[in-house]
Amino acid sequence: MNIYVLVKRTFDTEEKLVISGGKIQEDGAEFIINPYDEYAIEEAIKVRDEHGGEVTVITIGGEDAEKQLRTALAMGADKAVLINTEDDVEELDQFTSAYILAEYLKDKEADLILAGNVAIDGGSGQVGPRVADLLDINYVTTITSLTIEGEKVTIVRDIEGDAEELETSLPLLVTAQQGLNEPRYPSLPGIMKAKKKPLEELELDDLDIDEDDVEAKTETIEIFMPPAKAAGRVLEGDISAQVTELVGLLKNEAKVI
Amino acid sequence: MSKKVLVLGETREGSLRNVSFEAIAAAKKISGGGEVVSVLLGDSVADFGAELINYGADRVITVEHPHLKSYTSDGYSQAMMAVIDQEQPQALVFGHTAVGKDLSPKIASKLQTGLISDVTDIEGEGDDAVYIRPIYSGKAFEKVKNKGDIDFITIRPNNIAPLEKQERSGDVSSLSVDITNLRTIIQNVVRKSAEGVDLSEAKVVIAGGRGVKSAEGFAPLQELADLLGGAVGASRGACDADYVDYSLQIGQTGKVVTPDLYIAAGISGAIQHLAGMSNSKVIVAINKDPEANIFKVADYGIVGDLFEVIPMLTEEFKKVM
Repeated sequence: MNIYVLVKRTFDTEEKLVISGGKIQEDGAEFIINPYDEYAIEEAIKVRDEHGGEVTVITIGGEDAEKQLRTALAMGADKAVLINTEDDVEELDQFTSAYILAEYLKDKEADLILAGNVAIDGGSGQVGPRVADLLDINYVTTITSLTIEGEKVTIVRDIEGDAEELETSLPLLVTAQQGLNEPRYPSLPGIMKAKKKPLEELELDDLDIDEDDVEAKTETIEIFMPPAKAAGRVLEGDISAQVTELVGLLKNEAKVI
Repeated sequence: MSKKVLVLGETREGSLRNVSFEAIAAAKKISGGGEVVSVLLGDSVADFGAELINYGADRVITVEHPHLKSYTSDGYSQAMMAVIDQEQPQALVFGHTAVGKDLSPKIASKLQTGLISDVTDIEGEGDDAVYIRPIYSGKAFEKVKNKGDIDFITIRPNNIAPLEKQERSGDVSSLSVDITNLRTIIQNVVRKSAEGVDLSEAKVVIAGGRGVKSAEGFAPLQELADLLGGAVGASRGACDADYVDYSLQIGQTGKVVTPDLYIAAGISGAIQHLAGMSNSKVIVAINKDPEANIFKVADYGIVGDLFEVIPMLTEEFKKVM
């Protein structure tokens, strides 16, 4: 089976954000594989181990993203592709990313493409479905279970807390929701092997993409922090008095009930 | 220039979802005085048209088809594209819901437009509209402008106030669309969310953390949530410990919620959890540990045992409601 995983390098969830010069400060920050993409990588490895084939992880970004690709290879992916846009594209939006990924994938005859259902930085959840549409294949988002038997695919997906069971077929793009699996940590032998696995680096020219074709359709004009909250009140007195006071405050001061 | 705006209306368990009305209010702003047209897709939805008009839609278009009973990206995109072809809108507003999140990127791809997802506020009107959306799960926000011909956004439930409901009149028409070649067959939906109150749309969220200690420990939280018409949520710790399903997780991984009232019980307040709830309007923290991080974002705090405090709160709320 020919399996591809779309991954994104993101800020570690532990990081506090600092904005300077209108941008999120990246100096010194820790970066990780987007947590939802880790579920996608794990699932891809499991599918390959059961059905055979090859797992290729792809990312768009700069040189720095090589680290996350090596991690995916250490988990067990077979090949990695870095589409380096550093020199060509100033601002990427979801249209840009999807277009580039689809141009790469269009002649690869992928049976299964996996991605995280959302990236925890940008948080749009668009790229997976957009890529599927450009490739004219079906997609299913926020999946929590995947079973493949021949061409038939049985899926459970999370829809706002409820579980939807559905049937579809390959080729297919799915996006991973938490609960799909428990991503493995790279083993030491895995890390050693990953160093020798193929990591291909491409630029837009290699994909015959003109910069104008991928110009972002949206523009971020400002990034700002949410207004700081005033310090709250910790109530005092015995618990039952506190509870009475709290309900009074919620009703009369905060007016939320 | 005023814009014609198409709005996707959504129903859930036999009634219109609130986000449908919020989307109309958002569309009014974007329209800059232009026409707001609500779209309803389903197997039997025409009866909901009048209510959308009362909430501010100028017109309603329904597409009814047996294949639209359950949402599929193929079915809904065929219906929506047919409406778009007929109406030629300059803007589109969907809810940032399970349906909206799944469908909007496909429509944006077909229209070759940008898509600004998960919008929580709109500044300016008409051509000057600028969209505000959380990034890094609400640790920061960005202002985004559309550069193309069509403004396409999804709005986060519970953030943009709906217009006041009033008796209005408007045209409700139907469009017949041939829905073919569905590649997904929905077999079954297993309801896991109690009482049908969706976590992301709930006005009140009662969330538990590791301090709840067990699956049974969530019972008093559920009781309080039921009383207040709210939903139960959880921290990653509680989900990892298998007290509740991952679908209830609130945080940077998991759901981002912005209810009117968020009560955190036995949650320490890790930065990843705060990202998912710190933009709630009023936050109450209940925790045994007075040093817990959650008190830093709480409007009101009670230092105490949640198993003592929550049942007392439930009784006290009963008195005043």
